[in-house]
Amino acid sequence: MIRTIEEINARIKSGKVVVATAEEVVGLVREKGAAQAAKEVDVVTTGTFGPMCSSAAYINFRQSTPKIKCGGGRVTIDGVRGYAGFAAADVLIGCSALPDDDPRNAVYPGLFQFGGAHVIQKLVEGKKVKLEVRAYGTDCYPRREYTVELGLEDLNDAVLFDPRNAYQLYNVAVNLGEKTAYTYMGVLKPRLGNANFSTAGALSPLLNDPKLRTIGIGTRIFLAGAEGYVVWPGTQHVAKPQRDAKDLPLSPSATLALMGDLKQMDARYMRAASVTGYGVSLSVGLGVPIPVLDEQVMVHCAVADEDITYPIIDYGEAYPMGRSGNLGRVSMAELMSGHIEIDGKTVPTGCTTSRVYSRRIADELRQRILRGEFLLTRPVAALPGAELAY
Amino acid sequence: MAKKKVILSFPPRLIQEPVTNVLIRQFDLQITILRAQVRPRERGRMVVEMIGEKQNFDAAFKYLDEKGVQVDPVVQEMRYMPEKCVHCTACVAVCPTHALSVDPQTRELCFEPSKCIICESCIPACSYQAIESQF
Ligand code: SF4
Ligand code: SF4
Repeated sequence: MIRTIEEINARIKSGKVVVATAEEVVGLVREKGAAQAAKEVDVVTTGTFGPMCSSAAYINFRQSTPKIKCGGGRVTIDGVRGYAGFAAADVLIGCSALPDDDPRNAVYPGLFQFGGAHVIQKLVEGKKVKLEVRAYGTDCYPRREYTVELGLEDLNDAVLFDPRNAYQLYNVAVNLGEKTAYTYMGVLKPRLGNANFSTAGALSPLLNDPKLRTIGIGTRIFLAGAEGYVVWPGTQHVAKPQRDAKDLPLSPSATLALMGDLKQMDARYMRAASVTGYGVSLSVGLGVPIPVLDEQVMVHCAVADEDITYPIIDYGEAYPMGRSGNLGRVSMAELMSGHIEIDGKTVPTGCTTSRVYSRRIADELRQRILRGEFLLTRPVAALPGAELAY
Repeated sequence: MAKKKVILSFPPRLIQEPVTNVLIRQFDLQITILRAQVRPRERGRMVVEMIGEKQNFDAAFKYLDEKGVQVDPVVQEMRYMPEKCVHCTACVAVCPTHALSVDPQTRELCFEPSKCIICESCIPACSYQAIESQF
């Protein structure tokens, strides 16, 4: 071990810490080697910004007089149905929830102009939303109807909760079919009209720590401008994926469950997305700091866009029908060049993850660490399949 | 051969007239209608791409002027709103003319209105309503 987490935090507090982004260390390691780079850099920052459909917020509203119990009743926020299966004043709003009267895909392809993500974004922007509660009334909570306009400051609590985020590696989506496919990977034109990818590549949090040696339950993160935490493995987490020689997984594998205080979030790092023909999603800015505990951490952080390869999957038929079928692999560098070759055809590429925002997030996290505002944590437990380096 | 992309605006009285036919037959121009819109009692608008000889263009524009059809070069029918754009670049792959492209260094989206043919493919591709049609 080169340094401990305590030593890193001491250097952050004394203003001596050296932080580089995951893109910057690629060049540094090429120039000086991983051993030297690991000696020079204390922390590497990563970042990603793209639609995270598995995002939600739960809120606790202030009681009305007389009191009302929403649990078991019905709740809408700006017309979007919230989940009211909890206690008296707790409501969960999923980013993909829609108002009952949204035409969805009845008018194909649907526009999905407003949903749960827009409600969450409005709250973070400091705007008011309309909460409507219908309840059955009890002796202790007699009220049956309650309508109120409220903003973040009126809520007792507001927490962003993402059961699955930060996918380690993702598919490249194409369409072999005869008609346009409207998917969560974007609009895919027929007959290999385009190829869409969704990853921050060399900046991607879990690709810079592919074996999860530093990231675990309890890791403090940058979540949409707030301090958040990794709280659990994400759903669909794959503990033991197949890996290449650089330890990178060959298919979508590790995921993280994340939480953070919605009240501390910044609208610049969060954006509701209306995915044509698919639904509403929420783009969430995530930044994960990686402590350079040993040389191996730096070897992993040096992953470049040329190193990372993604499977190409047909979303015209194979994916919806649950058939496996890999049309080959392609590297991030090729994807970023603007076109790739599939079956001898040149296919233009588009991305749903913003590299510009991913860079901004990795840099913002670096600035916070340099200013002494963000200290690193030692995870309390490893994620399934991982062994911590601490 | 020259190629021009223009917007033709018709006053209500001219909407019934086969102006594009005249352009094709009388002035030997190749006309591709990219967009057309007519509202009752209002002027009609059409975005056309015209290919033909220079002298035929001049004669055609004179004819249109005498008829009372307003001819404007296409400047920016699609409106790109950078403040709404997150630079994901999802729109780039569906743009047939490279009017939308990515800066290889900054990875920011670049929009070049002069290359745009107003096909509107980019509108459904953008999840953030950062591109709008003004047509
Ligand atoms: S309207 Fe068509 S040509 Fe113009 S920018 Fe959009 S996709 Fe490209
Ligand atoms: S799809 Fe929309 S947000 Fe993404 S780069 Fe294009 S205009 Fe910007």
